[in-house]
Amino acid sequence: MALTVVSQIFPREMIPAVLPLIEDKLQHSKEIIRRKAVLALYKFHLIAPNQVQHIHIKFRKALCDRDVGVMAASLHIYFRMIKENSSGYKDLTGSFVTILKQVVGGKLPVDFNYHSVPAPWLQIQLLRILGLLGKDDQRTSELMYDVLDESLRRAELNHNVTYAILFECVHTVYSIYPKSELLEKAAKCIGRFVLSPKINLKYLGLKALTYVIQQDPTLALQHQMTIIECLDHPDPIIKRETLELLYRITNAQNITVIVQKMLEYLQQSKEEYIIVNLVGKIAETVDTYAPDNAWFIQTMNAVFSVGGDVMHPDIPNNFLRLLAEGFDDETENQQLRLYAVQSYLTLLDAENVFYPQKFLQVMSWVLGEYSYLLDEETPEEVITKLYKLLMNDSVSSETKAWLLAAVTKLTPQAHSSNIVERLIQEFTVSLDTCMRQHAFELKHLRENVELMKSLLPVDKSCEDMVVDASLSFLDGFVAEELSQGAAPYKPHHQRQEEKLSQEKVLNFEPYGLSFSSSGFTGRQSPAGISLGSDISGNSAETGLKETNSLKLEGIKKLWGKEGYLPKKEGKTGDETEVPPVPQESIIMENVDQTIIKKDQSQVLTQSKEEKEKQLLASSLFVGLGTESTINLLGKADTVSHKFRRKSKVKETKSGETTSAQNMPCSYFSSSSDVTYEDDYYLDTLQDRGDKELNKFSLNSELLDSESLTELPSVEKLSSCTLSTPSLFTDDMEGLHSPLSTAASVANEISLASSLLEETSEHMHSDLVEVCNNETISVSSYKIWKDDCLLVVWSVSNKSGLELKSADLEISSAENFKITEQPGCCLPVIETESIKTFQYSVQMEKPFTEGNLFGFINYQMMDTHSLQLEFSVNLSLLDFIRPLKISTENFGKLWLSFANDVKQNVKMSESQAALPSALKTLQQKLRLHVVEIIGNEGLLACQLLPSIPCLLHFRVHGDVLALWFRSSCSTLPDYLLYQCQKVVEGS
Amino acid sequence: MIKFFLMVNKQGQTRLSKYYEHVEINKRTLLETEVIRSCLSRSNEQCSFIEFKDFKLIYRQYAALFIVVGVNDTENEMAIYGFIHNFVEVLDEYFSRVSELDIMFNLNKVHIILDEMVLNGCIVETNRARILAPLLILDKMSES
Repeated sequence: MALTVVSQIFPREMIPAVLPLIEDKLQHSKEIIRRKAVLALYKFHLIAPNQVQHIHIKFRKALCDRDVGVMAASLHIYFRMIKENSSGYKDLTGSFVTILKQVVGGKLPVDFNYHSVPAPWLQIQLLRILGLLGKDDQRTSELMYDVLDESLRRAELNHNVTYAILFECVHTVYSIYPKSELLEKAAKCIGRFVLSPKINLKYLGLKALTYVIQQDPTLALQHQMTIIECLDHPDPIIKRETLELLYRITNAQNITVIVQKMLEYLQQSKEEYIIVNLVGKIAETVDTYAPDNAWFIQTMNAVFSVGGDVMHPDIPNNFLRLLAEGFDDETENQQLRLYAVQSYLTLLDAENVFYPQKFLQVMSWVLGEYSYLLDEETPEEVITKLYKLLMNDSVSSETKAWLLAAVTKLTPQAHSSNIVERLIQEFTVSLDTCMRQHAFELKHLRENVELMKSLLPVDKSCEDMVVDASLSFLDGFVAEELSQGAAPYKPHHQRQEEKLSQEKVLNFEPYGLSFSSSGFTGRQSPAGISLGSDISGNSAETGLKETNSLKLEGIKKLWGKEGYLPKKEGKTGDETEVPPVPQESIIMENVDQTIIKKDQSQVLTQSKEEKEKQLLASSLFVGLGTESTINLLGKADTVSHKFRRKSKVKETKSGETTSAQNMPCSYFSSSSDVTYEDDYYLDTLQDRGDKELNKFSLNSELLDSESLTELPSVEKLSSCTLSTPSLFTDDMEGLHSPLSTAASVANEISLASSLLEETSEHMHSDLVEVCNNETISVSSYKIWKDDCLLVVWSVSNKSGLELKSADLEISSAENFKITEQPGCCLPVIETESIKTFQYSVQMEKPFTEGNLFGFINYQMMDTHSLQLEFSVNLSLLDFIRPLKISTENFGKLWLSFANDVKQNVKMSESQAALPSALKTLQQKLRLHVVEIIGNEGLLACQLLPSIPCLLHFRVHGDVLALWFRSSCSTLPDYLLYQCQKVVEGS
Repeated sequence: MIKFFLMVNKQGQTRLSKYYEHVEINKRTLLETEVIRSCLSRSNEQCSFIEFKDFKLIYRQYAALFIVVGVNDTENEMAIYGFIHNFVEVLDEYFSRVSELDIMFNLNKVHIILDEMVLNGCIVETNRARILAPLLILDKMSES
């Protein structure tokens, strides 16, 4: 009974205490006890798989138990383990097949029969395991063909459970490596299911068909009529399943019919989950296969009006992008857009119809962008319609922002516009700050028609917006301001600190508020969105391509040169009343605080200067607005990251330990740096940047390895940083010259030479041959560098011929982060020469062992390219490095870590003393011995890149009490396992 | 993988519920009412599997009592369908012609039976004699 309780509720912390008891019970004479013990272990495996790793061998024993119950219980564990890692258990396929054969053949005791079917659920479980094992593996699959055939044949009885077995069989047959005879039989089975009058079987058949059809669409043809019948079936569940089936076989020819059916179903169903699901599927198929424009727009209209606000936000975004970017054919694009505009106008004409907010947003964007395509209707009429919507109370404020943006876009095209004026009047007093801001923008834009036209060009939504992330055009201005004695820009956190310390002296209140409320990355203000769509549309997602006319463009297209003005005035006039608008806070976060502060104080006196400043401010406002809308935040991050990096270098260059405060200041004022910065950001093109970064890190690594290996880390760091500046100039050269190849080639050469040195200086493993054939052989070895694991593959060409375009690729594995070192693609490998490739590998989450797979591609003279696959085994220990800390630090760290694991390990006799145990741990696990006190010892290590783990151990007689603590929850378990292996093994 | 096991009567009163995945107590009642509503809305001609949110329901009706099992989509529906019947057969054997009242007044025993058959969302035992063995021992002990 206790064992049952164990397998139901059990805290993972208690496992080590109970585990030995349960292991004992595995040998108990009563089958029920053994069975329960296995189930308890299954529970342990579920909650903490790493703690039962060492008893896998006992599971195997359980699998071979003479009692069926025990064996069946162990299947659950295997099912889970095989699901995680099927390749590790291929050797057990034979046993599973034998067991299934016995079960199917009726060799089990009679009381396991259920309605004269031998242990049906056991069969199902076994079939499932076989399915997992045989997936894409011909050799393993071949073992099971016989037994699958047998079970298909035996399961002929008309009983629910046999149908279940048949279904599982079919499933397995189609998941393993195919064999035509079996497939035929399985197909027949499916046919029987689908045609069956019993509704449950029909469902099962459809489900099987859905699964099978991805591999063999012809099967659907055989059952066409049944499928059609099922479509009109009174049971909605059957209908759903049929639609799912159809969704899988959608193509350009049948799309119209299938989508029609889907829409019908959609209109009937009420459940939110189904709607979301189905709408996504429709949108996807329609996007891919739409036959013509009119149909496409109509379908999407239907989808939007039904799916409405619950649908996934990607759908409207994708739709708009498709409209904006269009296809290859320009006239077709125009038609598509025209049709969309027309259909929306008709939809809006209908009285008393409520559309979902998302649909209205889409409409307003399309109308704003493409209304000019209309011939017969003037922009005024469109504006009138939009105005009507704006006045509608049921429209949310976000949608209103979209609508107003559309109106703004249309205004320059309209000739006279009383409505616009009315609208402005109405909204400049709106309570919603966002709306008010938009209205103001519109108002001031209207005063300057020329600007407005250039700013809101017709049909330019698709053109890539240029964003100058560095805000380099501000540099001159900032320098000027600084020379006038303005305060330098201070980063956010510093301002906060200052605010705290000087609260009484300086009134930072209004700014402070806006900072705390901003959180600019996460929050996309509705205004920001509409703004983005104004200028570049959602379509600008295609990426911001840098051009050389950067500055000009950035300013020419700026949004709201004047639009920004009223807000400023409002703010200076009445600081406390106007709550900070999100965009403003974005600016403040990102941009020079100085500008705005200055603006505020000088706004009334120096009107000319102010105008200039606002020009700048709003141009950067454009940049940011768009950037945040287009979700290029990831990019923004990397940019800022690089920035930080560079500035750090600069810091050392000037040889000062400048505080964060001075740093940006010096950066802005020193002109050479500014030019550098400009140049640098001109090249923010993502790949280029990456490459550069790579090179950069490589360089530092190079230095690292060349100059110092055994030096203490502090010294290392300093020398590294000291030497970087020179590199840094190298980098710059590479950047400036269009052909940066020269620099990189130089790098490669030095890398190659440094590699050999490295090998001799660091600990490394022996050369192991991983694969070979008659022409090449690939061997690999690991270098345990202090900061990473370097895996080196050396490829030697044994043949007398030159090998061309040899390319070594390592497929990414889920637990590893692999960084390719440059020089991995070699054009030519000369005769009988050796080339090396190296990859640095980092572990992303702890585990015991993993395989790294890769392959090498090469081309012999005159022949097609060949491929050779190989794999390398990496264990946790490859990533463990000693952590050199003092006892004092150890104590501090020890207290700060929350995850701990304790275990007693019995030592083998040969090393039943502290020193020897220590030595093993130190040598085999690369732990650092911090201190030894009496019979206790302190050890420390770290998992690369920097997850520390501490170990405290004590010796009593021949028992070693280990106690791990770490900041990572799983690491101690894995380490414990390794320790156990080492200590018990030797 | 079985997510939950429910026994509900036609009036929507839950007789037995067992969850193999953590669900908050107040959400359970909500879930149960929704589940039973969707089961009751179906007729005999319709199939016994319902797609419900992101999982599937498999139900079977015995007189006024519904047995509903929630599973995720890796599970074989028909196997569960057969399993429900197996469970009822076991109850029938133990209580000799089981009724709703038996289940109401011997809830602990029904739970023991269910625990023998399902553990951590997996079907672990289907052999009738073996399922009942521990329960019979318990009965013997309480008699003596």
